[in-house]
Amino acid sequence: MSAPRLLRCHVGVGPVAEGEALVTDDNFSARYDLDRIKGIFSRPQHKLHGQSYVGKVLVVNTAKGGVASAWMLHEMAARGLAPVAILFNRFNPILAQGAALADMAICDRFADGDITRLIETGERVKVDPAAGLVTVG
Amino acid sequence: MRLTDIEEAMARGEQGAPRQWAIQHMQQVGRAFDAADFVEVHQAHIMADTESLGEAGVAFLERLGEAPPAERRVRVPTITDPRGTDFAHYRKLGQTDAMAALERRAIDAFEALGVLMTDTCINYQTIMPPLPGEHQAYGDTGVVIYSNSVLGARSNFEGGPSALAAALTGRTPRYGLHLDENRRGTHRFVVRTRPRDLAEWGALGALVGRAAGSYWAVPVIEGINGPPDSDALKHMGAAMASFGSIPLFHLVGITPEAPTLDAVCDPASLPVREIDAAELKSFFGEYGAPGEKVDVVVFAAPQLSLIEMQQVADLLDGRRIHEGTALLVATSPGVAADADRMRLTERIEASGALVLRGMCFYQSYAREMGIANGWRRLLTNSAKLVNILGGYGYAPSLMSMAACVDAAVRGRTP
Repeated sequence: MSAPRLLRCHVGVGPVAEGEALVTDDNFSARYDLDRIKGIFSRPQHKLHGQSYVGKVLVVNTAKGGVASAWMLHEMAARGLAPVAILFNRFNPILAQGAALADMAICDRFADGDITRLIETGERVKVDPAAGLVTVG
Repeated sequence: MRLTDIEEAMARGEQGAPRQWAIQHMQQVGRAFDAADFVEVHQAHIMADTESLGEAGVAFLERLGEAPPAERRVRVPTITDPRGTDFAHYRKLGQTDAMAALERRAIDAFEALGVLMTDTCINYQTIMPPLPGEHQAYGDTGVVIYSNSVLGARSNFEGGPSALAAALTGRTPRYGLHLDENRRGTHRFVVRTRPRDLAEWGALGALVGRAAGSYWAVPVIEGINGPPDSDALKHMGAAMASFGSIPLFHLVGITPEAPTLDAVCDPASLPVREIDAAELKSFFGEYGAPGEKVDVVVFAAPQLSLIEMQQVADLLDGRRIHEGTALLVATSPGVAADADRMRLTERIEASGALVLRGMCFYQSYAREMGIANGWRRLLTNSAKLVNILGGYGYAPSLMSMAACVDAAVRGRTP
């Protein structure tokens, strides 16, 4: 087994979290892209269409869409149908606000470049937002 | 973040649990964006629909409401975005009693905090437009982009929790659009055509939003000769925010921070992207559907101004909506009251259409409404709406208000 990789990022929001990565170079909006009842990506054009995000460390490019994601992350987490963490190249205020209420880990601005190319789907990922540190493998 | 004495007191819980939650919530957000301190705001605007709040969100609000009035009342005038239902029509829309009951609980909870239930995403047209330079905590991306761009106000996108936190404390972290350096143009567009109706203004916003594509992008747009009206920029901004998460644009020679190109960007450093009539037309093609049965036609997103209500009434006079098609018109409760008084509502509803008050369709259990009513093929003149509804199981098409009304009458797309 290869040694774990350490990825530095900006200080994020939320607690330490750990899970299996689900990676796409597409973007993320809780309202536009998800069937929140089933816990899957539902927007036909989305690259993760049909896939479950529940319990995953979701790795995406950026945040899209409206302000609704801020309440929705909290609501999804309360029903246990949410990702455990989301890593972005760049998030927006809505996702930061939503993560703060939902107590969900999110991070962005990775020192080594495009995060969607630095992690592969299926890898184990540990996220420490306060330290600005992500451990892969 | 640097905290003032009053902010420290809030953080220590000396002003009650709600304000402690609020200031700590905003400190987390502020840290993620390197905010140096807080900035005072004059108003807050909260997304408050139960579809996004859910049971968990409503229960959270109810817990805040258990604090004594002195600790739970908002500190600045606080208004709400559209809600999840219209109590007069929810059964007709296929919404459930459980949805209406949750909505009533949400309203009670917000009112206990001193929030005004305006239920509108066009507060900049109807309630109290902000002044240039005024710091605000607005929810609804359409409200933020219009207020920043057209009115020169300063607001980030504030999701429901953060808008509420700003309301309870009278401040928000100073980052993003509150700072001069983030209001400079980052992307240049030259428009070689002039949109002819609201759907085309929306399409233009969508193309710019999609190309610029991030919360940290500020499009600068040249080539619009002479100002359009407020409804046109409402649709353009809402679509730009929806397609690109964009919070601010500048129209050179029209919007207040862009008297000239040089005033808002360093033109030589930015490549120019042109948008012509052909590209605008091709955008409509992405959402086309010739000759198909139409299930539902929606005018919403943003809610209609009084002027748009009159336009819909004029188009519907003496006509009858096809029995297999629904036509929904969403506006604010304030505009609806005016429309009632001026008999616009009566003229619209005589056709079989429904005027919805305080809703905006997509914030209102659109997926559940679609399933309950068998709605799939949807027409609208809102570019924002076509962007959202694909993920909700609809096949949306974008066309002008007049073409939408014609299709609603015939029951088929042109």
